[in-house]
Amino acid sequence: MFDPIVPNTDPNAQVHFTFDGESIYTAPNTSVAAALLAAGHTWFRQMPVSGRQRGPFCMMGTCFDCLVEIDGITVQACVTTVTEGLNVTRVPQMHLQEGKFK
Amino acid sequence: MTPPQKPDLIVIGAGPAGLAAASQAAGHGAKVMLLDEQSAPGGQIYRNILSASAQQDTILGSDYTAGRPLAADIDTKSIDCRPNATVWKVGTDGAVTFNQNGVAQQVYGSHILLATGALERPIPLPGWTLPGVMTAGAAQILLKTSGLVARDAVLAGSGPLLYLIAAQMIAAGRPPKAMIETQTSGQFYGAMSHIGGAFPCWKQLLKGLKLIAKIRKAGVARYKGASNIEILGIKRAEAISFTVKGRTHRIDTDTVLLHQGVVPNTQITRSLGLKHRWDEKQRCFHPITDAFGQSSSKNISIAGDGAGILGAKVAEYSGRIAASNALALLDIITSTTRDKETRALRRSRRKEAAIRPFLDALYAPPPEILRPKGKTIVCRCEEVTADDIRSYVALGCKGPNQTKAFGRSGMGPCQGRYCGATVTEILAEETGIHPEQIGSYRIRAPLKPVTLGELASLAAVSEKEITS
Repeated sequence: MFDPIVPNTDPNAQVHFTFDGESIYTAPNTSVAAALLAAGHTWFRQMPVSGRQRGPFCMMGTCFDCLVEIDGITVQACVTTVTEGLNVTRVPQMHLQEGKFK
Repeated sequence: MTPPQKPDLIVIGAGPAGLAAASQAAGHGAKVMLLDEQSAPGGQIYRNILSASAQQDTILGSDYTAGRPLAADIDTKSIDCRPNATVWKVGTDGAVTFNQNGVAQQVYGSHILLATGALERPIPLPGWTLPGVMTAGAAQILLKTSGLVARDAVLAGSGPLLYLIAAQMIAAGRPPKAMIETQTSGQFYGAMSHIGGAFPCWKQLLKGLKLIAKIRKAGVARYKGASNIEILGIKRAEAISFTVKGRTHRIDTDTVLLHQGVVPNTQITRSLGLKHRWDEKQRCFHPITDAFGQSSSKNISIAGDGAGILGAKVAEYSGRIAASNALALLDIITSTTRDKETRALRRSRRKEAAIRPFLDALYAPPPEILRPKGKTIVCRCEEVTADDIRSYVALGCKGPNQTKAFGRSGMGPCQGRYCGATVTEILAEETGIHPEQIGSYRIRAPLKPVTLGELASLAAVSEKEITS
């Protein structure tokens, strides 16, 4: 789990976005991955092979374990900056059912 | 439409090497384009350096703030800076293709300077793919960019960065729950034979000792000579277990930060087919460069950790040296000017690099992490295990590329970045053939995922050029 060194309590200095429908507030210029980790989310994607859950590993755009979906496009959450009203979802796994390989 | 002016030098990567190179070249009046994947200059070491708060500065320390003048200097020079630019193809003809804000573009440079830095060495151990397990570098990036610090985390592995991050976590009021260190006393005595050579870097050695003293003072539990490290958990990290002197320990934690040093990011240099060499000490491939950073291709230079791990200061010197050499090759400056202005830089670089043999020996990664066995996942993306890779050899697999055909190893979105080194090591062990001969994955463009829309935007630009 991750804690902010300075809690961001000023509502005027916050950006709002959603993750799978959940409302999340974060500081401006925060990456989607950092904002989700700060909000307590640990897993972002399911593996296409096993359905196992993954979360951010490298935070520098190389591991691709933080893939999420924004406007229908799969992007790396760690290199995507949160903007107001952003609608982020987990990538749907069509061939997986309840996290298990079908 | 007037075609954009062709840059003399395209620098890829805005870390210490790239920033110094761009600044050096622009200082001589060369037309410089600087591409970087992040939104602001600094690379990973100086990430977010221009926006970090005073509190972040205090926590991260002087080695971090030292990068601020370098990053700030870029704005004072006439440089075509392209942040948020993801390079996905580089050609030996000087063509660089990249995405920026959803649009793909291709530019030609007379000379290309690659400053793509390093990435964390793969740390394949049981459970390293569980949510809650990250690289130590990732935790540091969170601290630099977002002021987030891991709570009750366990640090595991070895290397100077591990101590630096521990000290930064202590300064942020969240000391690590424990440090599990893989280096052995044997490694310590072995490294001592290099301590004399490291003497020119006594300030760095002293800094390291101070970090360790700080960790001790904070009362962080340290386990040295640890082996059989395993991260336990079903859906996420719940605990870490390991063996020290025959005794097995278990520590509950939901956050594990792994580190075994860093290795050069060779995606672009490999895709270009440049010559590489296996580094026996650092256990990785690096592109071959001459004293000025020139690669096996005349119009391509490499500076910084991407050419071999020597750290941020050396990267800065190497960036300036390589830029100066590139301008001499382009007849923008004379070779006499190049020799004159790089003399002191080369001396400083030699001095700064003197500590490496000591560090490489002291923090050499253990064989069980370099060449894992059993069900440990090697290829994270396609979930290919060490046993799988080993079994391919028995089936006649000849090299890293063939492991792709045998079981999709290295074919996921990371394109072998976090399994390439391990696959080479395992194949070398199984076949008895030296890693140099085993080689590595063949890397091809696109180096990063490209959408059809981005590809189409590239075609639209070319069409406009043709019809204008």
